[in-house]
Amino acid sequence: MIPTKTPMRSEVSRRRLLALAAAAGASTAALAPGAARALTTDEARALIDRLVAEINGVINSGGSESAMFAEFERIFTRYADVAIIAQSALGPAARQASPAQMQAFTAAFRTYISRKYGRRFREFIGGRIEVTGAEPVKSFFEVISTAYLRGEAPFEVRFQVSDRSGRDLFFNIIIEGVNMLASERAEIGALLDARGGDLNRLTADLPGLG
Amino acid sequence: MLAAAAIGLSACAGGDAAVSRDAVNDPFEAQNRRVHAFNRGIDRALVKPSSQVYGRAVPGFLRIGITNVGNNLGLPAAVANNVLQGRVEPAATNTLRFLVNTTFGLGGVLDPATDMGLTERETDFGETLHVWGAAEGPYVELPLIGPSTVRDTAGMVMGVFLDPLGAALDSPESEYVLGVRVLSTIGERYRYSDTIDSLLYQSADSYAQARLLYLQNRRFELGTEAEEEAYDPYEDPYAQ
Repeated sequence: MIPTKTPMRSEVSRRRLLALAAAAGASTAALAPGAARALTTDEARALIDRLVAEINGVINSGGSESAMFAEFERIFTRYADVAIIAQSALGPAARQASPAQMQAFTAAFRTYISRKYGRRFREFIGGRIEVTGAEPVKSFFEVISTAYLRGEAPFEVRFQVSDRSGRDLFFNIIIEGVNMLASERAEIGALLDARGGDLNRLTADLPGLG
Repeated sequence: MLAAAAIGLSACAGGDAAVSRDAVNDPFEAQNRRVHAFNRGIDRALVKPSSQVYGRAVPGFLRIGITNVGNNLGLPAAVANNVLQGRVEPAATNTLRFLVNTTFGLGGVLDPATDMGLTERETDFGETLHVWGAAEGPYVELPLIGPSTVRDTAGMVMGVFLDPLGAALDSPESEYVLGVRVLSTIGERYRYSDTIDSLLYQSADSYAQARLLYLQNRRFELGTEAEEEAYDPYEDPYAQ
């Protein structure tokens, strides 16, 4: 498959990506722009197996809230395509933003999303997630898992995985139909409206809102 | 519903051609937002504070027992719906579950049925209307009850008349049932306090978040999420 680049991504120079990845502590594997090989169902599943093992480790570590948030931010950085999640959450406003604005917004969004979803995953303490299957959907893969929480009926968690960033990364979590990207699109849109469409103000406020 | 509470794309419901990914079918939005503000006020002033008192005063095992009784009392209606939907296996599971928990579970306080593999097959009259071919209809937020759709609201009204439990019980038993349901709801408000608080009080637009959460989770329950509606941010990076 020919690597497809979105218009925004092709504007981002390799050097800027380097700086961004280094700042985020990401591995250099992140830098391969659009890998030539295609992701398979097994690889998508293997990625989520590793992710779930890390999440299970954190929710059963007995660590403090702040320690857990730090762990979740590290996990998000390593396993999620935060750039595409941030960009699609921002929606059409991302098109008018400068590369520098997008870089700052993405960094702020990373903290926001790790804290927000880290807090939710903290409620999984003492529980576990098990991967049960994977299947191709459109141009990506959906990895299906079941969450077992204490005192609750088991429920379904789906991870959507793609390699179109150049790495195998998840870009969406769907819990019993409730979709992270859609929720964040609504939330970030409302936050931006509340600031009169001022992206810089949103970026400054975002880390404190997670 | 529990998992919907655990974290807070919408797919097109069968027959609702007007609904697209981001454009929610919500012609009564202005009215719905007034109801949402009212519901939030009720939660802040009444439901949340009483749930805090209830949660601290009543020990966990008792709260779970009351929730179990509430769930058990919902099973006759679930069986009626399973039958109306022509779904034999869930009807049998729910019937057995009701019998086991009502007898060995001491009137539904305990839940031995789950340990026997008889987990509840949740359903309601709204789902029955869906199975019969009724369209989802516009989104509505109901006073004191919260997010719903026209179809699910019609289902709730049907439930008032068609719940076998309602037909079998007279006063004062029917009041006890209502009491158990109210306590059960307050117990859930306590149990999922952090999640509900973050949805109602920490979202930039709690109305839009509640609407999205309800519609997505409901379509998941009914199996009406369509794969072709799955959002691919790599194809549409600006989510237009």
